[in-house]
Amino acid sequence: MTRNHFDAIVVGAGPSGNAAAYMLAQRGLNVLQIERGEYAGSKNVQGAILYADALEKIIPDFRDEAPLERHIVEQRVWMMDDAGHTGMHHRSDDYNEDKPNRYTILRAQFDKWFSRCVKEAGATVIYETTVTSLMRDASGWVVGVHTDRNGEGITADVVILAEGVNGLVGRASGLREELKPENVALAVKEMHFLPQEVIDARFNLKGDEGVVIEAMGTITEGMVGTAFLYTNRESISVGIGCMVSDFTDVGQATPHGLLDRFKAHPSIRPLLEGSEIKEYAAHLIPEGGYKAIPELVGNGWLVVGDAGHFVNAVHREGSNLAMTTGRLAAETVADIILSGGSCSRHNLAAYVDAVKESFVMKDMKKYKDIHGFLKKGRHVVDLYPRLMNRAAQTWFRVDGVDKRSKESTIMREAWRARGIGGLMGDAFKLMRAWR
Amino acid sequence: MNSSAPRPAAAAGSRAGMKKELPEHFRSYKHVWVFIEFEQGEIHPVSLELLGEGRKLADQLQVELAGVLLGGCGAALTGAAGICHSYGADVVYVVAHPVLADYRNEPYTRVMTDLVRKFEPEIMLLGATVLGRDLAGSVATTLQTGLTADCTELAIDDERSLAATRPTFGGSLLCTIHTLNFRPQMATVRPRVMPLPVPDTSRTGRIVEYQAELEESDIVTKVIDFLADRNSESAQLAFADVAVAGGLGLRSAENVSLVRDLAQVLGGDWGGSRPLVQKGWIPSDRQIGQTGKTIRPRLYIAAGISGAIQHRVGVEGSDLIVAINTDPNAPIFEFAHLGVVGDATVLLPALTEAFRSRLAVNRLAG
Amino acid sequence: MRIFVCIKQVPDSAQIRVHPVTNTIMRQGVPTIINPYDLFGLEEALRLRDRFGGEVTVMTMGPPMASDSLRKALTYGADRAVLLTDRFFAGSDTLATSYALANLIQKASDNWGKPDIVFCGKQTIDGDTAQVGPGIARRLGLTQLTYVSSIDAIDPSHGTITVRRRADHGVQVLQSRLPAMITMMEGSNEIRRGRIEDALRAASAEVVQWNAAAAGITDLGHCGLRGSPTVVKKVFAPPSREEKATLVGEGAANPTAVANDLITQIFARQPVLEGDLMHAAARH
Repeated sequence: MTRNHFDAIVVGAGPSGNAAAYMLAQRGLNVLQIERGEYAGSKNVQGAILYADALEKIIPDFRDEAPLERHIVEQRVWMMDDAGHTGMHHRSDDYNEDKPNRYTILRAQFDKWFSRCVKEAGATVIYETTVTSLMRDASGWVVGVHTDRNGEGITADVVILAEGVNGLVGRASGLREELKPENVALAVKEMHFLPQEVIDARFNLKGDEGVVIEAMGTITEGMVGTAFLYTNRESISVGIGCMVSDFTDVGQATPHGLLDRFKAHPSIRPLLEGSEIKEYAAHLIPEGGYKAIPELVGNGWLVVGDAGHFVNAVHREGSNLAMTTGRLAAETVADIILSGGSCSRHNLAAYVDAVKESFVMKDMKKYKDIHGFLKKGRHVVDLYPRLMNRAAQTWFRVDGVDKRSKESTIMREAWRARGIGGLMGDAFKLMRAWR
Repeated sequence: MNSSAPRPAAAAGSRAGMKKELPEHFRSYKHVWVFIEFEQGEIHPVSLELLGEGRKLADQLQVELAGVLLGGCGAALTGAAGICHSYGADVVYVVAHPVLADYRNEPYTRVMTDLVRKFEPEIMLLGATVLGRDLAGSVATTLQTGLTADCTELAIDDERSLAATRPTFGGSLLCTIHTLNFRPQMATVRPRVMPLPVPDTSRTGRIVEYQAELEESDIVTKVIDFLADRNSESAQLAFADVAVAGGLGLRSAENVSLVRDLAQVLGGDWGGSRPLVQKGWIPSDRQIGQTGKTIRPRLYIAAGISGAIQHRVGVEGSDLIVAINTDPNAPIFEFAHLGVVGDATVLLPALTEAFRSRLAVNRLAG
Repeated sequence: MRIFVCIKQVPDSAQIRVHPVTNTIMRQGVPTIINPYDLFGLEEALRLRDRFGGEVTVMTMGPPMASDSLRKALTYGADRAVLLTDRFFAGSDTLATSYALANLIQKASDNWGKPDIVFCGKQTIDGDTAQVGPGIARRLGLTQLTYVSSIDAIDPSHGTITVRRRADHGVQVLQSRLPAMITMMEGSNEIRRGRIEDALRAASAEVVQWNAAAAGITDLGHCGLRGSPTVVKKVFAPPSREEKATLVGEGAANPTAVANDLITQIFARQPVLEGDLMHAAARH
């Protein structure tokens, strides 16, 4: 074996790449991981949710060392109109458990920690190195990568593309199509720093308890998208994301403009008051869903994480799908290599089967039509939140109007806005897409 | 390790600097000294600023203020000593020796440490210039005493200790530092931070001449040439009174000339932000900012520069900062004094013309 | 040639935050970088090695995580990395730091031979003192060449070197002798991008780690807080400048009007400047 040959090369050090590289190294394989950023996490947008289950299957005792911010004890889902919100809050002391299920994290720190685990497991990790193309043999089989550094290419039995949503290598190498605006959401995020005590008081938290707010409604100005607010230990992540195609086709707003409006919203502004903004970042999220999933394996290569469009937009899940696909890919590759097999498309197909068997593909499939539904029924993101807030106001205001009249006002407004057929149709379509 | 100054062994577990009592052998250390930078026949303005500041410290301590002048020619030094007197020095130590004609670390360090050991000052101030920074570290290390670099504020606390305040972490914080148990208490001070005192030419003082024992053959470093800035085309940004700089808002390499034109009309120098160097629009010796030049002009005009922290730390010592940027939210407006929200490529030529006619009109009127 | 390069891992100043309540630097989550000024010395060292052969050893004193920065220096092409790390060094001022580093260099010299050149950064971006390099030079008796903009000639076999050194009013051309401690001016070169081989080697290379004892430092009274004659008595946030820039020329009819407004404002704030500029203009 030459110095520049590895069992596997993992392109990217995000959640999927780290999961894959860690698992491969754990199984004793000679792994090279190549990250384009200055360090793992440097290209990531700060502030995110970590789903414990997916990571537990990779590093069971991660809670002992991983840099976690707060565990989530409360979820707020808000339907917003211009003046306020109506929503559901769910909070339970049951979430103050030994092994909490969800955490807020700062990606830059978390990814760095994960990357250190990868190195400690024995993988070779190089940073600030961009894989420019895949190296192929005469038959087109992928046998390694070329990078933007001077020197020779690096060979490996298999290349795992965990390169994220942009998927530059896969696209450059013709493994995947160009990104379509209607399959990608653009999210912008900011970090707002506040002393821990202030956050605790504002959100009614103690210790490491945390809150997540997810919001939709008039804040996206008719575009399909959601906004969010996460509490970290000494900061609040706040952001908003909409489909890229909507920015061009539907709204006049810029992502930054949307975020500014969201922050200025009467329901959000008091939560951020007095904070110091430190970071602004934009990130693409592959939200094309099941139908946008590209070819996942070929001779000598496979795709994991965002590069494979593994994001559940409805539940705002991504990193868990990324880690899970990374893990499943690593298990497949390790099984093949350790048994002396070749990383052919045929053998790697076991990875695709494993993904199909897991929650990943089942969830992707479940929501395969939600996208089309939202695209055709944009009123869902705008009209219904408006109606809901109107209804709530009508209902709660005590103004000498009898309750029966209030009920009929609410119903009349809904009908007028959408018509009985429209309402029924939306309900039916949503049900079908949700199924 | 040459630990030439005697020092008591620190008691186990205690912090050497924190002991309350000044060790016996340092108690005779008195007076405030200012190292006078004297190069090319001129006193660096920072040395005069320091005489003004040192005067205040000396008055408060009720001790003498001394200037220390090193150079090659006795006559020139005597003239310079007179200037020091008029700026507040009670006494000037003059060391004339051919070896000291040009600044070199080795002989200057030797003479300065000898002087300190002989005359025992309690405070020694130097300018935080290229020369001052080169010299101060060597002297402090030889004397094994504390040195606070790059100060912006000096004061005497109620225990007669020098409280030296300096920015740290790129200006995010200030810290006040003391040298409690060692003498002299050394500090370098940034130019243009302290006001230049008004000289009193009627003021006189003593001159103490000191004979340095130096041999040119002992000095390994030789000055074989000196290329004065006034004879060179290269950037003199760090010392310019007026600086004009451009950023990506210039939009093209050709528009760098707009920056250059304005600088020329103002008799200043010009530069740019790091991205312009990376794009190859300007040479690297014209980069302004953290990894480029730090400038302290009286007037700084930033055209099309957003003002990231790396740029900010390189320019915030400027007396007056004027920013031109199309983005009203650009960070540069947070620390500029005057701002114009607009296109630099449009405003720069207008500004050049307006300055040109204003200065010309004034010249005629004057 | 044998070259040592002293580097320091510093928090990236662009990302530094000060805790609004405690006025302390919030280091959590602030990425660290190699002090940018050190890279000019490292690149110069690599160029000299490429020209004359030999090896480049990078070294630092710092917490264990400083090995990340050393490893990064290896990806640029340095041959060896040494970290001096011990809790005794915590709280070192410039004098205590130069003591520790001088000892580290001494110990490294014993192991791998005496260096021809020790490069230090011109200054760091966190401490900004520019004093540690001169301190090291003084302690080890190295020729001190600070603010060097270029090395014009060097002859390792005869131990001679000619450099251009930035002075306040010009450039000194200095001829001197090795071994020397050199700090390079910013902009004198640009750090290279290491080859893929360097990146791979750096990823698996061992960073030599010494504690105080391993570096032969027995007199701990010279180290850390105990060895620091200076004492930080107070740390505070600079008084914030509440007012932002005064905006000029809003609603002005044309660029010329804006320019005239601006000039009026400039000279209103800097009255002396106008006269000086006039004199300067008259001299032209």
